[in-house]
Parts: sequence; C-alpha cells; structure tokens
Amino acid sequence: MSGAEVPLAYALVGMVVLVRALYALFVRPHLLHKLVAGNLAASGVFLVITYAPDGGPPDPVAQALVLTGIVVSVAVTAYGAALLARLNETSGKPYLEHDHEA
Amino acid sequence: MSGAVASWLLAAPVALPLGAGLIVPLLRRGRSLAALAAGAGVVAAALLLLAVRDPDGAMELAVGGWSPPLGIRWRADLLAITFLLSTAVIALTVALFAALHLPRAEPALAGRLWAPLLFLWSALNALYLSADVFNLYVTLELLTLAAVMLVTLEGERQALDGAMRYLLVALAGSTVYLLGVALLYHATGTLDLTLAAGAVPGAALALMTVGLMAKGALFPLHGWLPPAHAAAPAPGSALLSAVVVKSAFYILLRLWLEAAPDEHAGRMLLAACGTGAVLWGSLLALTQKRLKLLVAYSTVAQLGYLLLVFPLAVGSWSGPAYAGAVWLAVSHGLAKAAMFLAAGTVMHALGHDRIAELRGLAHHAPVTMLTLALAGVTLMGLPPSGGFVAKWLLLSAAFGTGQWFWALVLLAGGLLAAVYTFRVIGAGFGEAALARVPRRAPQWLAFALATAALLAGVVAELPLRQLQEAAP
Repeated sequence: MSGAEVPLAYALVGMVVLVRALYALFVRPHLLHKLVAGNLAASGVFLVITYAPDGGPPDPVAQALVLTGIVVSVAVTAYGAALLARLNETSGKPYLEHDHEA
Repeated sequence: MSGAVASWLLAAPVALPLGAGLIVPLLRRGRSLAALAAGAGVVAAALLLLAVRDPDGAMELAVGGWSPPLGIRWRADLLAITFLLSTAVIALTVALFAALHLPRAEPALAGRLWAPLLFLWSALNALYLSADVFNLYVTLELLTLAAVMLVTLEGERQALDGAMRYLLVALAGSTVYLLGVALLYHATGTLDLTLAAGAVPGAALALMTVGLMAKGALFPLHGWLPPAHAAAPAPGSALLSAVVVKSAFYILLRLWLEAAPDEHAGRMLLAACGTGAVLWGSLLALTQKRLKLLVAYSTVAQLGYLLLVFPLAVGSWSGPAYAGAVWLAVSHGLAKAAMFLAAGTVMHALGHDRIAELRGLAHHAPVTMLTLALAGVTLMGLPPSGGFVAKWLLLSAAFGTGQWFWALVLLAGGLLAAVYTFRVIGAGFGEAALARVPRRAPQWLAFALATAALLAGVVAELPLRQLQEAAP
C-alpha cells in the first residue's frame, strides 16, 4: 500500500493548535476550559507526529504513537473531568482557589 | 542465567504492584497484608537484579516478545537498579507505616490508600526500566494519574485544589515533552535513547527538558508542588516528595548525559535553574508556618542540587559528579520520606502542624523529634550522612573542573537547611500536653528511614565506586 503524503502544512497547523491550546490552558480560569484546552494541545502534537514528507508507506510507529497518545489523553481528560466534578461539589465553583494559606 | 528467569525478574517490579493494585481494593480483609506482600516481592526482585547484574551489559526484556521499534524494550542498567531498589526500600517502609498508622489516625483513608500507592509504585518501576522516550512519556502520565489520586485522598477542598493544579501543570508539561518526542522521532527515526545518542536535535532536547521540569517541580516551574505535597496524607506526601519528583531528574540524567552528551550551554542553564531552586526553595522553607509546607519547600530546594550535576559531569570528573548526584537523590529520598512520615505523626499527635505550636513533642514523641533531626542532618549535608558524601563528590567536581561558584550554591543550601531544620527542632522543646499520644511502632519506621539516610554515608564506598564505573 502506498501511503499518502502528509505535507508540512499539517505539522504547522498542529503547532498552531498546540500553542493556542496551551495559551488557553494557562489563561482561562474555568477548569473545564483548561481541561479541553489540555486535550486539544495533545491533538496538536498528534498532528505533528503524523507529519510524513516523503509519502512512503504509512509509518506504523507514528500510528502506534498517536493511538497510544490518544488513549493516554482520553484517560487524563476523563480523570480530570471527574476531579473537576468533585471539586465543584466540594467548593461550589469550577475554579482554582488562589490562596492556600487560608 | 536463563532468559526466562531474567524476564521474570525484570517484569516483577512492574507486574507485582500493578496486579496487587487491581486486586487489593476488591478484598474484604487483609488489604494491608496483600499490599505489603507485593511490596516485599518488589524489594526481593530489585535485590536479585542487583545481585545478578553484569557490569558489561544491562539486562533487557522485549515486552510480550515484540522487538523495537514497535515493541517495548525494558532495560535494567545500574542507574535503573539503583532507583528501583531505593524506591522499593522507601515505598515498602512507607506502606508499613501506612498499615500501622492510618487505621488509628485516619481510619477512613486506611482502605483507600492502597490502590493509588501500588499503581504509583508500578508506574515508577516501569519508568525506571523504560529505554525509549515515548514509553517514558506513557509511564510519566501513569505516574501523574496515580500521584494526583494520592493528593486527592483527604477529599477536602484544599486537597482537591492542589490535586487539580498538579494535574493541569503535569498535563501542560507532558504535552510539551511529547512535542519534543515528535521532533526527536522525525529527526532521528528512532525513539530509543541509546540509538539516538549524539543525534538529539537541540529543539527536541529543550522541549523535553521544559516538560520534565514542569513535571518534576524544578525551579522555576515548582509552584504546584508545595500545596499538592502538603495536602496528601502522610504516606502519600512521603512518596511524592521522596521519589515521584525525582523521576523527572532520572529522565534528565539519561537525556543530558547519555543521549546528548555535548550540549554544554544547556547544562549551565540547568544548573542556573538548580541554583534558583536551592536559594528560593530554602528561603521559602524558612518562612513557612506549617511543618508540611516547610518540608515541601525543602524538596524544591533539594531538587535544585541535583541539577548542579550537569555542568560538573565533564571529562575526568564525570564519574564522581554522576555518582554524587545519584547518591544525593537516594539519600534525600530516604531523609525526605522520613520527614514527611514524622510530619504525619505530628499532625496526628497535635491535630495540626503549625511550627510555632510544636511544644511538647520532644518530651512526648522523642522518636519523631529525633527522626526530624537525623533527616535534617542529611539535608544539611553533615557527616556521616549520605548527603555529606554526595555533596563532597559534587564539591570536589566543582573545584576540580574550575567551577567554584557551584560550590558556593552547595554550601549556602546546606546553611539554609540547617536554619530551617533547627527552627523545627527548637519549637518542639518545652512542656505541653499532646492532643493524642502517637503509637510507637510507626514512629520507629520513620526513624529507620532517617537512620538509613545517615548510614548511606557510611556504606557508600562500594555503590559509589560502581556508579562511577557505570557513569556515561
């Protein structure tokens, strides 16, 4: 099977998604925004991993990396969502507290 | 030795705690016993790995019979075995402490601690054995999930908040690390650290390093550590501060000394971050009002020392600097676990951990005060502790390579550690009744860890010689 070329544009889009998502992860105060941003950032990296300039047969290693990465990313996001739900129940708001000494 | 036995030996440190972590929550009774039995198995496997080690070639296992690049390769060299064994000793002692201390101090937690603790241990061991950068990513994520679970156990708001902060920083860190992995793979066509040696692109190295610094709470990305580590129950804090944060340093050692041995400017930058950690972490430790936060900031400072190895491990000083840094990580692990367990006893005995109100502890819980003092000796780097021997090697390397300014950092950090340790010890004297008289047995376990950190200086000759020989 001859694979399709994955042009550099994909990797560049991946980088843009990554940077934009990391920015949101840091500045958005709502925890759900942060979690979704974290998930998106990982997707950006997956696009970079699949970059295949020469159009040879599909690279099984890159595919394995992305598949494993997706599984890891789903697990972390799901765990984060559960933690967020519990935090919301306990404190009544989906935000991080800024003062720990209180 | 036959291949099958070797495979079992390499698989056991990961499989035993993982299996136990799945089974233990289902048991009605005997949870502690099952967890401790699995832990004892890991200690035995780590000792056997050390005993059968062949200095000329590390033992390897292709997991499931698949060979790289698609399969996973595990590898046990001296660095991996050292971390496996020191983690095993610390984790088993912490587990024993939990089995004895929690049923009385925090009965609600006693049954819930085992699954995250065992998963954490399994992830750590898998990380030590992994030989490629992508498996390291997966094991780092597993480690983070288990570590965050440990932080959440108390279930109150502060704990959940600290846990969430930890998870988000770790998430950002691992994404940046993974981007570094992607660049490394595109540039070299391999994920294996040994195969990529000498060909790691600077951008990949920088991204992986920044990601690891966030995960390992290395200055200036350390802000999440104190609230998270202070919020976990004592056995959890002990493991997080003593071994979990050092896993990032472990990968940095492999990356910078084995895979990219020629990046000298970056090494100076790492040590500069280490200097910031030592000074800033120590100063913040000095100003803390709560014991657990003081101990947590002291971890930030102590992690800084480890980063000094990178500019010092050059030329003929590679061996001593490398051995010193690894030994410092081991000694600090033992001492820091002892300190957090002692802080757990303090919390139980007083109902709080405010440093200004520790009066009465020296009289009613002398073993715990002695534990804090002995662990402090290792943090300060006084003889005969493991911290002393390790810092001595780093100091010699600093003068030997003509970089005396790093020696100043080592000395200043030791002085500051002395001040914050004495602040705690001094506060414990005086007559006052305790809210509860703590049990003796768990206190002796923390004491044993602190003593081990002290003895790590006395028995250091053989391991340090072997580490110097194995230095990259």
